[in-house]
Amino acid sequence: MIRFLFRRLMWFVVTMAVVMSVSFFLMKNVKGGPFDTERALEPAIEANIQARYHLDWPLWKQFLHYTGPFNLDERGLGGSGKKLWGGVLSGDFGPSFRYRDFTVNDIIGQALPISALLGVVSMMWALALGVSTGIASALRRGSGLDLALRLAATGGIALPNFVIAGFLIILFVFLIPLLPVAGWGSTKEMLLPGFCLGLVYAAYVARLTRTGMLEALSQDHIRTAQAKGLSPRTVVLRHALKGGLLPVVSYLGPATAGILTGSLVIERIFFIPGLGSHFVNSASNRDYTLAMGVTILYTVLVYTLNTVVDLAYTLLDPRIDLAEEA
Amino acid sequence: MDGSRRVLASMSLISSLPPRQTLAALLLALVLASALALTRGARLETADYVMNNGSEVQTLDPATVTGVPEGRVLRAIFEGLIVKHPETLEPLPGGAQSWEVSEDGLTWTFHIRQGAKWTNGDDLTAEDWVFSWRRFLHPDTAAYYAYQLWYVRGARQYTRQPEDRSFTADPAGGLWYQRMSDGRIQIGLHGYVLEHESGPVRVELPADPADPATVHLNTRSWTLPFAITNLEGNPKAPTEAAALLPRCYGLKNDEDSGWLLKGALTETDWKAAHKSGALLDGPTYRREVADTRHLKIWREGSHTLKVTLNSPTPFFLDLTGFYPTFPVNRRNLEEAQERWPDRWEIEWLRASNIVTNGPFRLLERRVNDRIRLVKNETYWDADHVAMNSIDILAIEQDSTMLNLYLTGGCDAIDRVNTNVVQELWGREDFQPTPYLGTYFYRVNVHQPPYDDLRVRQALSMVIPRKAICDNVMKMGQVPASSLTPPGIGTYTPPSMKLGSADEARALFAAAGYPDGKGFPPVEIHYNTSEAHSSIAQVIALAWQDELGIRTKLRNEEWKVYLDTQQNLRFQVSRSAWIGDYSDPNTFIDMFVTGGENNKTGWGNPKYDALVAAAASELDAARRLELLGEAEAILLEEMPILPIYYYVTQNLTAPRLGGNSENVLDEHFPKFWYWMDDEELAQKRANYPQEFQFVDPHGPKDGLYSPAQQAARGQQ
Repeated sequence: MIRFLFRRLMWFVVTMAVVMSVSFFLMKNVKGGPFDTERALEPAIEANIQARYHLDWPLWKQFLHYTGPFNLDERGLGGSGKKLWGGVLSGDFGPSFRYRDFTVNDIIGQALPISALLGVVSMMWALALGVSTGIASALRRGSGLDLALRLAATGGIALPNFVIAGFLIILFVFLIPLLPVAGWGSTKEMLLPGFCLGLVYAAYVARLTRTGMLEALSQDHIRTAQAKGLSPRTVVLRHALKGGLLPVVSYLGPATAGILTGSLVIERIFFIPGLGSHFVNSASNRDYTLAMGVTILYTVLVYTLNTVVDLAYTLLDPRIDLAEEA
Repeated sequence: MDGSRRVLASMSLISSLPPRQTLAALLLALVLASALALTRGARLETADYVMNNGSEVQTLDPATVTGVPEGRVLRAIFEGLIVKHPETLEPLPGGAQSWEVSEDGLTWTFHIRQGAKWTNGDDLTAEDWVFSWRRFLHPDTAAYYAYQLWYVRGARQYTRQPEDRSFTADPAGGLWYQRMSDGRIQIGLHGYVLEHESGPVRVELPADPADPATVHLNTRSWTLPFAITNLEGNPKAPTEAAALLPRCYGLKNDEDSGWLLKGALTETDWKAAHKSGALLDGPTYRREVADTRHLKIWREGSHTLKVTLNSPTPFFLDLTGFYPTFPVNRRNLEEAQERWPDRWEIEWLRASNIVTNGPFRLLERRVNDRIRLVKNETYWDADHVAMNSIDILAIEQDSTMLNLYLTGGCDAIDRVNTNVVQELWGREDFQPTPYLGTYFYRVNVHQPPYDDLRVRQALSMVIPRKAICDNVMKMGQVPASSLTPPGIGTYTPPSMKLGSADEARALFAAAGYPDGKGFPPVEIHYNTSEAHSSIAQVIALAWQDELGIRTKLRNEEWKVYLDTQQNLRFQVSRSAWIGDYSDPNTFIDMFVTGGENNKTGWGNPKYDALVAAAASELDAARRLELLGEAEAILLEEMPILPIYYYVTQNLTAPRLGGNSENVLDEHFPKFWYWMDDEELAQKRANYPQEFQFVDPHGPKDGLYSPAQQAARGQQ
C-alpha cells in the first residue's frame, strides 16, 4: 500500500510538470491577450500594461516567474521590488488577470465550496437514481421495466441538461410556482440544479450498475448462494451488489472530479457562482493565471480521486492487490 | 412501484454494511456536512433594489476600468467632480461645488465641496484629485483610459515611459539620513544624476545644519514603493532591505514637483540596514523617472483644483464625471502598501479596505454572484439618497436574467434576447430608446479590389439595412447612414451616398466587375455570436443576389477576432463603437491616419487636419462644422459601411423613480427611489402611448429619501 502510494506520488509530480508546462505554453501561444479589448490601445499605454504584467518577457522567463519562487523581477510589480506572489509551487496561483481585485486563490476559494456542495447534491441524486434503477433493470432483465429504464437512461445521456433544465424551470417555476428560478444559498435553490446536473451521471451509473449486476449475477458464487436457499434480497444485496458495483466505483473517480469542478451550463442557467464557468471564461478571457489555476486544480482532483478509487477497489474486491499491480 | 422499492432496498443497504463500508459512509456524511457548513450564513437579506449587471466587473479601481458594468458600480460608490442629471445628462455639482473656465477655454478651476468626506472620515480636498489624476496617468498604473485625460497639458508625455530609465548614482554621496526632533529618522537621497528628461534632484540645505535637509526627487512616483526602490536597488542583499522598508511611509508631496522621502525607522534599523549594504551599493539603478512639473494639474489652497488643457475641449467637463476620473483615497492605498507590501494592489480594493466618496459604499463582493452596496451615511448628499441597499448581480445568461426579472428576483436587466422581443413590445417596462452606438463593417482598403472606392460604395448601397433592423434586431434599431449616430446635442451627422441596386451594379461594372464577374469571393469576418452571424448572412445574401459575387463567412472567437482586425487580416469585418461621451469627437477621432482604432488602413490628410482643427476651435458651432466636414470625407471615401444605430434594451421595474433612458445608457443610483402607488398611477397616466401594465416591483408604499419625505410631508 505504501509503495503504491509512493509510486503514485512520483507519477503525480511528473504529471503535474507536464500538465503545467504544456498548458502554459499552449495558452500563451493562443492569439490575443488578457488586456485586448475592442478599444485598441495607444502603444504607450499598451507598453505600460505589458510591462506591468510582464507580458513583454520571453515565455520561459514568464513560466519560471509563474511557477517558481524565483524572483526574476528586479523591479517587482508596481515597483515594490518584490514578487507579487510566491509562485504556484508555494500554493499561490497569483492574481487574476481578469477579475483584478481578486487572487486566483480567492476566486477558487469562493467557488469551489459552492461547486462541491452542488456536486454532492447531484451525486446523491445520481447514485440514488442510478444504482436503484440499475439493480431493478438487471433483476428484470428483458422485461418492460428494463426496457423503459434503459430508454430513460439513454435519454438522460442524450438529452443535454440545459434542455432538461428548461423543462423543469417551466414546470416548477412558472406553471407550478414551487421553486426559485435562479440563485444560490437556500436548500430550495439547490434542488433543481442538483437534479439537472445529477441526471446525466445517474444515467451512466444506471447503465454501469446494470452491466455490473448482470455479470455478478451470473457468477458461480451467486448460484451457490441461491442454492444454499438464501433469500433473493440477501443474495442481491450481500453477494451480487459488491461485485456489481465495481464498474460504478471506477466511474465515480473521474465523475466526482467533474462534478466537483462544476458545470458551465447549469451554473449559467441557474446563476450559481461555482467553478464551472471559470473553466470556460478564463480561457476566452485569456485570464492566464485563473486558467492555469483551474487546470491545476482539476488535474489534482482527477489524480487524487483516481487514487482513492484504486484504494476503494481493494476494499470491494479482495482479489486486487495494489502492491502487485504496481 | 418496483423502482421505488428498490430505492428503499438500496438505502437499507447502508445498515447492512460491514464496518469498513460504514466508515466510508461516515466519511461521505462528513463531506456533506462540511459542505453545508461552508454555505451556512452565506445568505444576505434581500436588498431594496436588485439590478443585473450582465457580467462580473473586472475591478473597482476607477483608474483601470473601461467597461459599462464597471461604470455602473463605480457611479454608485465614487463621485467625480460633477454628476449628471439623470434625465438630461447635464452636469450637476458633485465633488466640485462650482467650476469656471478661463476665457481661452484652457484653464479650468474647480471649487471642491467643503465638508465632503471619504468613508474613512478624511476630508475631500483638491489634493485628492491631484493625486488621483497623477496616479491615473502614471505609467505604472497602466490605465487603459489614460488617453481620456491627455487633453490635459503634459499628460501624454507623463503617461509615456521614458525609453531609458536608468539612473547613475554617486556611490560616495547617495543616501543620507538625519534624526528629526520627534525622534524619527529622515532619509534622503542626493547625487542622483538623470540621464534623460530632466535635471538632477534638487537638494535644499537648511540654514541651520541641525535641521533636516529636504531632498526633491524628480520623480512622479506617487506611492512608496516607487521611491523606495532606490534603496532596494541592490539585488545582492534584498532580504534586509525588504525587512526594513515596509515600515517606511509618509512620503510627502512638496506641492510643486518633488517628493520628500520620510521613513519611520529607528536609528538601529537604519544602521543595521546600512551595515548590511542593502541600501546603497551599486552605481546604477533601473527605475522610472518622470516629472510632474510639466503636468498641469495642481491645486491652490486646499479646495481649489486647477487644470490646464492643450486646447479648449468642450467635453472636458463631461469627462470629470466619467468614471476613470473619479478620485481614490491616498491613505487607502498607502496603508494597504504598508500592510501588504507584496499584494496591496489587490488588498486596497477589498470590501473591508476600500475607501470611497459616493452615495453608496461597498459591503460585500462575491465573484460571479453579486456586489452588495449600502447607503453611505457620510456622503454629503445622503439626505437625497433613498435606497438603503442595492444588489448588483453578475448574470450573463439572457434567459436567466429575464426569468429572474419576470419572477421578481431582480428589478432591472440591461439586455434582452432578440428571440423574446416580440413578447415584450408594448410592456411599460420595455421602452428602447436611441443609444450612442453604431454597428458597421470595416473594409480593408489596402487589399484589392477593396482599394477601389466604387467597390466599397456598391457594397454599401445594397446592404438591406431596414431588413436587418426590422427582421434581425427587432428592437427598433435605426438604419445608419453615418458613423456618428444622431442625438448628440446640435450635431447633425452628414449622410453617406445612398443608391439603388442598379446604381450599385453600374459602379461595380465601372470598377471592372460587370455582374460580379472576376470579383474574388468576399469574406465577412465577425466574432462568434448569433446576432452577428444572422446579420452577416443577410448581407452576404444581398451581395450575392444584387452584385453577383460569391461570399464567405468567417467567425472567430472574440480575442482572435480582435487580433485579426488589429492586424488587418480581413476583407470586411464586423465592428461597433459606443460613444464614451456625448460628443461626435468620440466617433470621429477614431479614423485619423494611423489611429489605433482605425483598423481599416484608411487615411486622409484633410480629414486629419479637420479633426485637429476642431480640437483647437473655440467656437462650439464652428467646431461641430469642422467635425461634420471631416465625417463627410469619411463617408465619401467609405472605409466603413454603417449598418444601424443602437438602441437601449433595458427592462426596468415601472415603480423605479429617478431613472430614465438616455443616449449614454447611464443611470445614476444616487437618484433612484421607489414610487408609491399614487405616484406610479400618475406616471402611468402620463405615458405618451398605451402600454401594457406589468408587475411594478418594489414596495407599495414606495421608498423615498429623507429629503423627499420631508417635502412630501409638507404637501
